[in-house]
Amino acid sequence: MTREEIENNGEDMMIDDSKPKIENDFNVHYLRIYYGNLFPYTDIHKWLSYGHDGKHPGCDEYYFGRREFSFTLENDVYLRYKSFKNASVMEDAIKSNFPYKIDIGAVYSVDPDKRHAYAHSGTNLFTPVERELVFDIDITDYDDVRYCCSGADVCSKCWPLMTVAIKVIDTSLREDFGFKHILWVFSGRRGVHCWVCDAKARRLTNEQRSAVAEYFRVYKGNENNAKKVDLMGHSLHPFLARSYVDFLKNFFEGELQATQSIFSSKEKYEKILGMITDEDIQSDLRGKWENSARSSLSEEATSRLRWEQLKKTLQSKKNKALSLRTCVEEIVFTFTYPRIDLEVSKQMNHLLKAPFCVHPKTGRVCVPIDPNNCDEFDPLAVPTLSQLIEEINSGGLRMDVDDDDSDRSLLGKSIKFFRSSFLEPLLKSCKEEIESSYKTKIAKTKDSFSW
Amino acid sequence: MEVIRSQKRTVSNDVVSTPTLPLYLTAPHMEVRLEEFELFAIDRLRVLKGVSDGLARARNPNEMDDLVETLWKEHMRLSNVSEMINKDIISHFVLRLVYCRSDELKKWFLSMETALFRHRFRLKKIEEQRAIVGEFGLPYKAVIGAELESLKERLGLVARSHGQISSDVENIYYKVPFEEVPDLVASRRVLLQKGFAFVAGTQLVSLVVTQFRSHLSKALILTNRKWTTTIREREKDRLTPIVEALSTSYLGPDYSQSNEYADISLKDIDQVSKSSFPLCMRHLFEKLREDHHLKHGGRMQLGLFLKGVGLKLDDALAFWREEFTKKVGSERFDKEYAYAIRHNYGKEGKRTDYTPYACSKIIISAPGAGDHHGCPYRHFSEDNLKAALSRMGLSSRGMEDVMDKVRNRHYQLACTLTFEAVYGTSCDTGINHPNQYFEESQKILKSKTPAAPV
Repeated sequence: MTREEIENNGEDMMIDDSKPKIENDFNVHYLRIYYGNLFPYTDIHKWLSYGHDGKHPGCDEYYFGRREFSFTLENDVYLRYKSFKNASVMEDAIKSNFPYKIDIGAVYSVDPDKRHAYAHSGTNLFTPVERELVFDIDITDYDDVRYCCSGADVCSKCWPLMTVAIKVIDTSLREDFGFKHILWVFSGRRGVHCWVCDAKARRLTNEQRSAVAEYFRVYKGNENNAKKVDLMGHSLHPFLARSYVDFLKNFFEGELQATQSIFSSKEKYEKILGMITDEDIQSDLRGKWENSARSSLSEEATSRLRWEQLKKTLQSKKNKALSLRTCVEEIVFTFTYPRIDLEVSKQMNHLLKAPFCVHPKTGRVCVPIDPNNCDEFDPLAVPTLSQLIEEINSGGLRMDVDDDDSDRSLLGKSIKFFRSSFLEPLLKSCKEEIESSYKTKIAKTKDSFSW
Repeated sequence: MEVIRSQKRTVSNDVVSTPTLPLYLTAPHMEVRLEEFELFAIDRLRVLKGVSDGLARARNPNEMDDLVETLWKEHMRLSNVSEMINKDIISHFVLRLVYCRSDELKKWFLSMETALFRHRFRLKKIEEQRAIVGEFGLPYKAVIGAELESLKERLGLVARSHGQISSDVENIYYKVPFEEVPDLVASRRVLLQKGFAFVAGTQLVSLVVTQFRSHLSKALILTNRKWTTTIREREKDRLTPIVEALSTSYLGPDYSQSNEYADISLKDIDQVSKSSFPLCMRHLFEKLREDHHLKHGGRMQLGLFLKGVGLKLDDALAFWREEFTKKVGSERFDKEYAYAIRHNYGKEGKRTDYTPYACSKIIISAPGAGDHHGCPYRHFSEDNLKAALSRMGLSSRGMEDVMDKVRNRHYQLACTLTFEAVYGTSCDTGINHPNQYFEESQKILKSKTPAAPV
């Protein structure tokens, strides 16, 4: 199937051929309908309130109001430092502005609206106090290792790179760092975002966020150096070893080879030969492959054969140099290991697009992705604005948030997943925390009364 | 601390409890002579400046240990141990007063004192190190028994992943929340499990340094408050003038104000980039002309450099606009990029007038896919670097000298040699800052052809 056909298939599955196809997946009119009827205001508000709903005496009723949001309007007008007292103020603001993009920032020490009152005293009193630990993975950062698409395009051949990235990072966040409340979201076009919402994560300093991002960093390079993954030492760190054994190796030798055939042409295999630090081995393999250039095998089969040859050659020369020991792993890591955008994760005040926004270039909704089922996720089957509008028009389906039929509506499934897998466990944990820190506070004040 | 004029000085007795490495947790009760107040501070400042130089030359940790030992002996040594400790403590607290007074001063002091502490700690024996950990009152216990058994194999993997052979593997590990050891986490030098890091005895330094820095950072804020509310006024005839003079003495120019040599106009910029830019900026400039775009890191590094070189805000906007509109169009330029340029010149947001990056900052940056910033001597492969140097006009002999420095990780010395080869003159102070390279270069060129633009 060509890329075009794959893209169109997503649309054709949903829309009845007898009705005229709605052109333009994205426009302001559809956006108004979306924000008028479908955007899950209450759920977003509940999430970002982290249990501070005013029902418990330990709640901070101003917590939600200290969160920064930003709107990007039509004509690229950008409004920062927006804040809302509660869900209905937020809903009103969105419905009167119809932003093309909504970003979520940090929770600050004071209401962002009032920041100027604190700005010019010697020490800065307007500072971020809490912010989710976030990650942004964008498939354009893999352009040097994917051959089916480049730039803003994405297809079923290269999307699996995102899938494997989710698996590696999600596992590490849970196993190594002990985080539990993790939300993965489709960025709308060509990547994924990750929101780690545990209280511990929200309170990390910039230095600690930087440390986590660097822990995940393996790929180091730009066009000026040939070898971008350097796994020194006599063994891999357990995190890298686990990622390799559980996810990367099989992905590389299975799906990646099938979809990308990374050895099948001279241009492609030279890139890989450049990663082998030994000139003799390079020439040896180059010689073999140049000679077999006219073989009758398919691209995929050729690629697989050459990979086996490379592994065998390296295995036999393993003791020649320390740098060759991890060469095979380095090649696998170069092609498959997650490449996160470090800058996004390092600073508390960095803004990131909100879940359930609509991407202006594709019209697709930024829906959550289930990390336990991410193999099934297809970016080209994500509901678009026009599909959602079509659904409203044809079925007269009103998006009733508590409807048991929510499973049948395009967006309903995503919202249901958001609630049951993410929001409910998160809120439960938040309530417990508010309860326990309240109890501690009470106990302390009691003690202070004693003489 | 009491500052007095008398000849004799009473020495505090509680100093001896921290034998050789004070943590500066609380201001001590002792009397200080006025002359010592200034002299001790100056000696310590010499040590800190030496540390700063060492870091800028990207010295490895062992080299830094040696450097710190040498510096300390040279500037801080006194006839007896308790005198030394007093000088240590007094000088630290005096410099706190000096360096608490602005964000930039605080940042520098915090970095240097932390580095100094880190390397002095590393030089201590393991028993002394453990004692110091105890001093901080850290609650971490060693991992023992069944838990240790279950982790042993993976702990070994971590050690071997950093080149340690099995027989050296440390057998005492502390279970610590990962937040406490960010640098060990970042370099994957510890095993992580469910939010805890397993820190080897030999890695204690990381734990302690984080505590040290965190404590000092908070202390500086408090000191600043005390200074501005009471001390400065109270001491205006005595200590305040000394304090204010001390901070300007050793930091070197920051190039935030350009001088007479360094006013360039847009029409000269291409020529000037070939004649006077250091390699890092030349590369960025060429890539900008070629791709009509630069990613954020490159825009910051080049943009601030140009500001330091004398490019006015309006000219800067015109310059970046000319390039970027070729790729993204003028509307997008105005919306997405113009703001950031004005921000760099202190015209937006919190209105900080940002200073151009020094070599030390550029060397430790981390360019990734699609980036062109950083230090070419560090971040380029050998082949690419040689090609770039040959474009700058270096002979093959000159190039070998430069490459030799690069292989030994003396990136700034490599740049200095390049400078010397290009302009045929020696540069004794060494290159520490791209704007310094530019200014020195302009000086030389202008002295050769005073009238013509260079």
